[in-house]
Amino acid sequence: MTKKKTVKVALIGNPNSGKSSLFNHLTGLNQKVGNFPGVTVDKKTGSCKLNEETRGEIIDLPGTYSLYPRSIDEQVVLDVLLDKKSKDHPDVIVVIADASNLKRNLLLFTQVIDLGLPVILALNMLDVSINLGQKVKPLEIAKELNIPVVSVNARNGDGINLLKQAILEVETPRKEIIDVSEYAPEVLADIKFNFGIENNYEALLIAQQGRFSDFLNDSDKKKIVDINAKNKFNHELIQSKEILARYERIDKIVKHAVEFNVNHNRNLTHKIDKILTHKVFGYLIFLTILFLIFQSIFTWANYPMDLIDGAFASVSQWLKNVMPEGILVDMLTEGIIPGIGGIVIFIPQIALLFAFIAILEESGYMSRVVFLMDRIMRKFGLNGKSVVPLISGVACAIPAVMATRTISNWKERLITIFVTPFMSCSARLPVYTILIALVVPAKMIFGFLSMQAIALMALYLLGFVMAIVSAWILKLIIKTQEKSYFIMELPLYKFPRWKHVGLTIYEKSRTFVVEAGKIILAISIVLWVLASFPKQGIENAANTLSAQLTSQNYTEEEIQKKVDAVRLENSYAGMFGKTIEPAIKPLGYDWKIGIALITSFAAREVFVGTMATIYSIGADETEEQTIKSRMKAEINPETGGPRYTTAVAFSLMVFYAFAMQCMSTLAIVWRETKSWKYPLYQLLYMTGIAYVFSLLVYQILK
Amino acid sequence: MSKSVADLKPGEFGTITGFLDNIISLKLMEMGCLPGVKVRMNFSAPLGDPIAIDVAGYSLSLRTSEASNILIE
Repeated sequence: MTKKKTVKVALIGNPNSGKSSLFNHLTGLNQKVGNFPGVTVDKKTGSCKLNEETRGEIIDLPGTYSLYPRSIDEQVVLDVLLDKKSKDHPDVIVVIADASNLKRNLLLFTQVIDLGLPVILALNMLDVSINLGQKVKPLEIAKELNIPVVSVNARNGDGINLLKQAILEVETPRKEIIDVSEYAPEVLADIKFNFGIENNYEALLIAQQGRFSDFLNDSDKKKIVDINAKNKFNHELIQSKEILARYERIDKIVKHAVEFNVNHNRNLTHKIDKILTHKVFGYLIFLTILFLIFQSIFTWANYPMDLIDGAFASVSQWLKNVMPEGILVDMLTEGIIPGIGGIVIFIPQIALLFAFIAILEESGYMSRVVFLMDRIMRKFGLNGKSVVPLISGVACAIPAVMATRTISNWKERLITIFVTPFMSCSARLPVYTILIALVVPAKMIFGFLSMQAIALMALYLLGFVMAIVSAWILKLIIKTQEKSYFIMELPLYKFPRWKHVGLTIYEKSRTFVVEAGKIILAISIVLWVLASFPKQGIENAANTLSAQLTSQNYTEEEIQKKVDAVRLENSYAGMFGKTIEPAIKPLGYDWKIGIALITSFAAREVFVGTMATIYSIGADETEEQTIKSRMKAEINPETGGPRYTTAVAFSLMVFYAFAMQCMSTLAIVWRETKSWKYPLYQLLYMTGIAYVFSLLVYQILK
Repeated sequence: MSKSVADLKPGEFGTITGFLDNIISLKLMEMGCLPGVKVRMNFSAPLGDPIAIDVAGYSLSLRTSEASNILIE
C-alpha cells in the first residue's frame, strides 16, 4: 500500500463567521474532539480527502477577532500558529471570513498573512452581504492581497471542492500586508536573533505576547521581558499603530473589492431585536422559551424513555430464561444490564437538551440573552456571558465549565465556574424524573400545564437561585483589581442549520454515553459485587431467618420478602449503607438510599442504576418489573407505608439538586482553575448546603 | 466634557474621535471602532445597560461604562 500524503490545515476565523459549519462540511462525521496539550480548550479535528493521494487533517481553531488574545480560547490560536514544534502547527491555514462583515474579518486575515504561512481566504456569506446591499468581489480581494480567495457557502457546502483544490495548490505569501519592521527595529532584531525567527510579524507577536504563551519556557519569557524593557517597548502604542495601519490597508482593499448599493439596513434583525430585547417581552419570551424546553423534555422524551425502560427489563428477563443459572447470569441481569439501561434511558432527554441549546446558539438568540442578562448578572458578581455556561450547565456542567473561558475577567470566570454545577444537569434529570413520577400526580392544570413539568421546572429554578445567591456571596469574598469587559458582537439572526444541530446532538450524546457509560458500568458491577457478597454470610443469615419464620405461621411469599431483605442487609453494600444510616436518617433516608447516595458521588446518574441494582437483587424472578414500580412497591418497615413518601422524595430531590456529586466536574474545575483549592471548596460547600436543605425539607414535610 | 457614545440616544449618530482608556481602545479598535468611523446608537437593554450600536456594518454590544470611553462628535 502506498502511503498517502497528509496536509495539516488549520481553520481560523471570527466568531459567527461560519467556521464550524465549514469544518462540518469538510469532515462530515470524521471528526473527534480532543484537547490541546496543557489546556482544556476543545480541539476539534477531522480528516477529509483532498485528492486521491492527499489527505487533509483539519483542525478547527477557536473563533477569534485578532491574534491578540483576550481569553484562553483565543490564546490557543496564537500558540498553534507561533509554535512550530507543536504537532498542531499547520501546513496550510484557511481563514474563513464573513463577507457581510468584511472589514472586521479582514483584520485577522491580514495578521495571518503577515506570519508568512501558506494561507487561503474562504469568503463566506456572500449572499448575506448582497442582501445587506454590498457586492463583494472575491477576485479583487485576491488581486489586492496576492492570496488565493475562494467563495464558499458554509451553509450548503458550495465551493468546498474549489477550497480543497486551493489547499493543494497554495504557496507561501510573497509580500507582507503591512510592514512592521520600523515599529521597534531593535526589539525585532533582538527577538529574531534570540529565537531564530526570520519573519518580522512573528517576531513582533513574540515581543507583544510571548510572555503569555504556554510553549515558551520561563527563561525564554524572561528574555522577552528583558529585551522589551531594554528598548522601552510600548506594547499598547505599537499595537494601536498596527491596528490602524491594517485598517488603512483594509479600507483600500474594500474600496476596490466591494460595491455598496443603496444603504439597506439590517431591517429584519433590527425588527426582531425590538421584540426580543423589549423591556417586558424580552424577559417574558426568554422565560417562555425556557419553560417550553423543560415541558418538551418532560413530555416528548417520555415515550422513547418508557420504551427503553421496558426493553431493558425484557432483555434481563429473557436472559434469565435462556441462560443457565449462575454468577454470570446474575451479574448480567442484576448488575450490568440495569446499569446500562440506567444510562441509555436518558439519551432522549440529553439529545433534546443539546438540540435546544444548539438551536439557541445557532440562531443568534443566545447573544441576545447575554445582552439582556448582563446588568442583572453583574449585580451578582457574574457577567452577561455567564448566562451561556449557566444554561449549558442544564445539559452538563463539564462543557459548561469549559464554556466560561470566553469570560476574560478572572473573578467573574471563577465565580461562574464555582456556581455552574448548581444548575441542574441532565444527570440529575433521571433522578428527578423517577422521584417526581413517584410522588407528583400526572395531572394537567388548566388542561395543558403538566404538574410534573412544573415540579421539574421548580427544581431547575431552585438550582438557579442557589447558583445566583452563591455567586453573590462569592462576589463579596473574592477581591480583584482586574477590569471586567463585555464588548460582544450581536450576530444577525439566522435560521439554524439542521445538519449542524444534528451533528452537535450526535457528538454530545455520544461523548456523554461513552464517558458516563464507562463510570456507570464499572460502578454497576462493583455495586452488584458489594450487594451479592460475602456469599457465606448472606446465605447463613437467610437460612437462619427462613428456618425461624417457617416455624412461625408466615406464608411463603412473606418469608421470601423478609429473606430477600436480610440478604441485602448482610451484604457488603448493606453493611456500608448501615454505617452511614445514622447520618442520613434525619433527612428521611434509609441505608438502601444511603448506598445510592454514596455511589452517586462518582456521578449522579448512577442513582437510577443503583436503585435498579439494589431492588433487582433477590427480586421476584418471574415478574417483569421496571425500576419505578419496584421503588413504588418498597415499604418502610417502621411505618408500614411506602418508603418513598412525598417528604422523602422531595428531600432526595433537593439533595441531588444541591450536592456536588460528580467526579468529572471536580476534575474539570481543577484543570480550569489549576488548583485543588476550588474543587475542594466546591465539594464541601455544595454538599453542606445539600445536607442542610434536605434536612429542612424532610422535617417540614414529614 | 466631550460627548461619548454613552450619551447617544437610540437612533442618533456620531463619529468616533478618540478614546479615553488605552487598554479598552485596543479591543474596540480591533472590533472596528476606529477614529473617523460613524456609529449609530441602536437600542439599550431593558435596564439601560448594556447598549447595542451599529458600527462598521455590524451590531456591537457593550456596557455604558465601556461606551463612555469612546469619544464622538
